[in-house]
Amino acid sequence: MAGRSEFRHARLLRPAGFDELGVRRALSDRILPALVAAMSFLAALALAGGLAAAGLAGHWRTGAATVVTVQVPRPTQPAEGSGGAGEDTRLGRALAVLHTSPGVVSTRVVPEGELSDLLRPWLGAGIEKLSLPIPAVIELRMAPAGADLDRLTRRLESAAPGALVESHGPWFRRLAVLAHSLVACAAVAALVVALVASMVVVIATRAGLLARREAIEIVHDLGASDGYIAGRFSRRVLGLAALGGLAGAVLAMPVLLGLATLAAPFAAPGQAGGDPELSWGALGVLPASLWLMLPGLPVLAAAIGFLTAQGTVRQWLRRLP
Amino acid sequence: MVRLEGVGLCYGRDAETGPEVLRDITLAIPAAGFRWLLGPSGAGKSSLLRLLHAAVRPSRGRLEVLGTDVGGASRRALPRLRRRIGVVHQDFRLLRHLSAYDNVALPLRIAGRPEGQIRADVGEVLRWVGLADKMEVHPARLSGGEQQRVAIARAVIGRPQLLLADEPTGNLDDRQSERLMQMLTELNRLGTTVVVATHNDALVRRHPAPALLLEGGRLQAAA
Repeated sequence: MAGRSEFRHARLLRPAGFDELGVRRALSDRILPALVAAMSFLAALALAGGLAAAGLAGHWRTGAATVVTVQVPRPTQPAEGSGGAGEDTRLGRALAVLHTSPGVVSTRVVPEGELSDLLRPWLGAGIEKLSLPIPAVIELRMAPAGADLDRLTRRLESAAPGALVESHGPWFRRLAVLAHSLVACAAVAALVVALVASMVVVIATRAGLLARREAIEIVHDLGASDGYIAGRFSRRVLGLAALGGLAGAVLAMPVLLGLATLAAPFAAPGQAGGDPELSWGALGVLPASLWLMLPGLPVLAAAIGFLTAQGTVRQWLRRLP
Repeated sequence: MVRLEGVGLCYGRDAETGPEVLRDITLAIPAAGFRWLLGPSGAGKSSLLRLLHAAVRPSRGRLEVLGTDVGGASRRALPRLRRRIGVVHQDFRLLRHLSAYDNVALPLRIAGRPEGQIRADVGEVLRWVGLADKMEVHPARLSGGEQQRVAIARAVIGRPQLLLADEPTGNLDDRQSERLMQMLTELNRLGTTVVVATHNDALVRRHPAPALLLEGGRLQAAA
């Protein structure tokens, strides 16, 4: 109620479209929105890149980083000391050791078909015909605290000699560092874009002030406060910057959708350790956090525009008594 | 009401040391007083009016207008003071992109008055200066005299406590000048302090009142 009456009061104070300072002509509705749209577009790309890198960093750090693979050569042969053919194969022995090792959360024997798929790019189709001695591969998920891999290696060696333990931890750590660096770069890029947008507003506002200098002096002499004059300029800039911010965000959408579609296979749903950040929603392939950030761009552009214009005009007005 | 003590004014960057446009001005004008401001061109009449309007601060001395120390007041305090002062500039200083109506309404809108009251007041004042039929006309399409009357209407619309006029009859014929003088006398009678700078000797003779005579930036006489 109070809000409505204030609104009506404000309408009574100044008729809509009353532009005593001529700011509509001083700050054209073409150049500033176009420049802000370009900034908003770049910011959208930087944010999307940063979010994707952050998602991958989290994924690598928490999920895949705990993966260890164990290769068991000649998996179907009977285990040493088992006394001949039977259920007790080298693979069975290795699994038995793994199941009793502390720090191992789960084990998964990679099926032969999946192994063939993995090798196909190098050995071609029909690997079976080559009758190569392909080892069994066991994927382990380790507790985040990790496990004593040396001890595990020794135990496996005695259970199934020749078994290889390979931890992917160091690689994932390096990838996570890379991803974090990309996040930092995206943040710096977004910050630089915001600074440039702010400078664009300063330049546009100063040009507007110079163009309307006489009108400003007249209005100032009639008793307008700094806040009154700054308000006229900053409200105009707010509208133009919001418009530009919206245009940039909308223009960025098809590009982001295209990139996300290209990236989707690398972060498919259901992947072990998949990050919720990367599980694409039904609405599209963009992550939910980006859907929240894109509408924020026009709001942010408007806020930067408003505050920058306020500061610029108020500083300029200090030359008047 | 208006008091100057040893006031000096320099323009430009070296306001402390540069040549003074006004020197050692000491005078007082009581509330509801009327003063002619006389002197040759370049004597400093416009500068003195700018000082009284708080459009510039004195470089030296003490200036008090409507109870505000103009030299010492904060920037925030000056707009409120200026809203209590009406000014008719020699070059009118109208906003070219606004109609006569909007030019006259401007001081009230800046002061935050409700639009309904503005409509009534502006209509009345424009009728008073004889421009009721030119409310929506822009300054560029008005004659010099009409623009001057718009400037006068804008200066008085806020019922100022102090009215400053710089050559307000410069573009008016005798009949209009007389009418303006009647208007100023009426405002003065209602309590507005009025200072009118003019070269129009005939007008001064027809309306005898105390005069401030400036010459070379100095006050020669305050009769």
